[in-house]
Amino acid sequence: MLLDPSPDQEFFRETTARFLAEKVPPDEVRRLRDDPNGFAPDYWRAGAELGWTGLLVDEDLGGGSLSGLGLVDLTLTAHEFGRRAAPGPLCPTNVVAEMLGRYGHDHRETLSSLVAGRATAAWCVDEPRTGSRTAAAPVDIRIDGDEVVVNGTKRPVEAGGTADVLLVTGRTGQGATNALVPRQAGGVTVTPLRSIDVTRRYAAIDFDEVRLPLTSLVGEAGGGADDATRARRTAIVVSCAESVGALQAVFDLTVAWAFDRYSFGRPLASYQELKHRFADMKTSLEGSHAIADRAAGAVATASSDADELVCAAKAYIGQYGSELVQDCIQIHGGIGVTYEHDLHLYARRAAANRSGFGTPAEHRARLADIVELREAS
Amino acid sequence: MTLETSDRAHVTETLDEFRARARAWIESNLERSDSSAYVGVLRPEASDEEELALVQRERDIQRAMFDAGFAGICFPREYGGQELPRAYQRVFDEELAGYEYPSRLQVPTFVPCAAVLLEFGTEEQKRRHIPAILKGEELWMQMLSEPSGGSDVAAAVTTAVRDGDDWILNGSKIWTTGAWWSDWALCLTRTNWDVPKNRGLTVFMVPLKQPSVEVHRIEMLSGSREFCQEFLTDVRVPDGDRLGEVDDGWTVGTRWMFHERMYRNSPYATIPAGTSRGASRMPELFAVARDAGRLDDPLARDLLGEARMLELVKQSLEQRVSTGVATRTMSDQAASIARLMSGVVESRLVTIGYEFTDANGAAWDEADGAVAQRGVDHLMRQVWCIAGGTTEMARNAISERVLGMPRERSHDPNIPFRDVPRSRPAT
Repeated sequence: MLLDPSPDQEFFRETTARFLAEKVPPDEVRRLRDDPNGFAPDYWRAGAELGWTGLLVDEDLGGGSLSGLGLVDLTLTAHEFGRRAAPGPLCPTNVVAEMLGRYGHDHRETLSSLVAGRATAAWCVDEPRTGSRTAAAPVDIRIDGDEVVVNGTKRPVEAGGTADVLLVTGRTGQGATNALVPRQAGGVTVTPLRSIDVTRRYAAIDFDEVRLPLTSLVGEAGGGADDATRARRTAIVVSCAESVGALQAVFDLTVAWAFDRYSFGRPLASYQELKHRFADMKTSLEGSHAIADRAAGAVATASSDADELVCAAKAYIGQYGSELVQDCIQIHGGIGVTYEHDLHLYARRAAANRSGFGTPAEHRARLADIVELREAS
Repeated sequence: MTLETSDRAHVTETLDEFRARARAWIESNLERSDSSAYVGVLRPEASDEEELALVQRERDIQRAMFDAGFAGICFPREYGGQELPRAYQRVFDEELAGYEYPSRLQVPTFVPCAAVLLEFGTEEQKRRHIPAILKGEELWMQMLSEPSGGSDVAAAVTTAVRDGDDWILNGSKIWTTGAWWSDWALCLTRTNWDVPKNRGLTVFMVPLKQPSVEVHRIEMLSGSREFCQEFLTDVRVPDGDRLGEVDDGWTVGTRWMFHERMYRNSPYATIPAGTSRGASRMPELFAVARDAGRLDDPLARDLLGEARMLELVKQSLEQRVSTGVATRTMSDQAASIARLMSGVVESRLVTIGYEFTDANGAAWDEADGAVAQRGVDHLMRQVWCIAGGTTEMARNAISERVLGMPRERSHDPNIPFRDVPRSRPAT
């Protein structure tokens, strides 16, 4: 998390932290396991009033940032979400709001309902891998007269079952197209998936000849690749900030445990073997904070190294974050793998974020491509 | 005391103006850096004559930088510096990427030695040495480690005994980089054997080029002969060359080691930023992968991606810790976090380079290009986790001083150092 937030940013972070501590303490997070929606509408509306949903949207469209770099401000909320395993479609709603904001005058009504927290959104981008057991037709978006027609399958879609609007990124010939689809539209079938994260809901979504007016397009048909790329970068920055929050929670719990837990007449924290592992964990945790913040700053300012830093953040936090979590579970011993202990609530968030928007290995491969291109130039 | 320069900075040009002036000066005064410089891990140096010529070239560059107003960008003006905010040093470092620079003069002359002098030196000491350092006239070394002590730096047995207005030093120091071509050293000595070890130390400034200091060069397994051991026999040092208080050398020593750990983000060092060989190992690793014919191998590409990831995280963490310490949101002890990360990452990058070479890493020909010597680098890999304090010491500092975990039981607390069991003398 930001090392030197401005007073405004710190007040904003602290407000969200207090709100989440009160509304979604660990017992409430556990209870949500059996709640089909995963969060309550009034909880989300209150969060929107605190500023969770408008940071990536211009002021004249109802949004606004604290620092001028809305994405950096948003990482403060995302960090608190991770730290408390908070429910709610923070990442997808902001990603969709940001993209709609770029075409704000075409989608003013939808945008204002998202910013106000009256509605939420999901970004339908991932598709089952060709050749996999779940393989299905990729999403095709074609223009038919004055209608947009959507066909194909997306999965997994975070918050796909609860979102009011679905932003679908599909193909039109050689190009990418982004279109807004009401979840209630005819031809949309939502199949809930099981998830490791008790507070999040994922779905597989089939689009079967879904017909919409041309005004559903976000940007040009076939010209949506750049928007999708930018949306992915935003999503990764938000999910990395969330993961770092979760890692911080796991680490703090485990440090406290090491002081409280006695074995052979001395606290765990006095064993050099464990102390050195804590030092390694502290180092990878601070490294995670550092790269996540640097990537957020680079994306927010459209710096030329933004892609590279985003890949490094996603790869590092995915890989080393997972190791940190498992080390913390190990140090807890048996209680670390029980449902009763809070540890897993945060571990789930970090593990789910590890696989979304590219695995560590995929981002390492991309990093190699980026550096090679630069070396060649 | 923080790493930030004071707010009485003498700003007469904007960052952009400064950048333009720095760029113009660098382009017309410095050569592009040799693309094969700084690769590998302590590779054998050129002949002594060539090495001395390189040192002289770097002294000349330093002098030229001084004359152009680019030396000591964050040093106080009264000692010949520019007293500008550190953003100006960063800009200069950015412009320097891809050019030759006085690398041998940065560590340890500027950091930690000059930084320690600035903190603890008397007015007279600073006026005598800092301008000379900024002009490239004095190259400094750190006499800290000893053959018998290992990581326990405070267990120094090199002794200083008072003799009128002078002190007489006897003992041996080791792992002094480049001492054979240097001028001065900071030397940590024992001045009191009758108090616990940390309370009987004193720091002196010692000229190296004198008969009573015998410099012996150590050959590393790679063939490098950059490290030295010095034997001090009745070295006479005037009390005016004492740095800090008598028996309070540990106060100086802890700041000394702090500056050493933070050198990459120190406002006192000039180190090219960005993608020069000095700052990134990626050109080097790509060269190995290319020369080994593995640039299209997905396994190799995964490792290249890992290398870049680690490098970026290491850089970002160094920036974070540097900012945290400067703004007091982190304690000085957090420098150990950056130290641990750099040791682990640098050694991993060396392993990745060796991975690309297949069997040719073990047996090569000089015609193999970047593949040659990678095996030796791999054998030298641990240097990154040893030099500048071992990573084990960093782990102790992080767990005990940052996280507040119980300290290891000490076997030498509150007893006179003369009664503390010690290693047998090195033979």
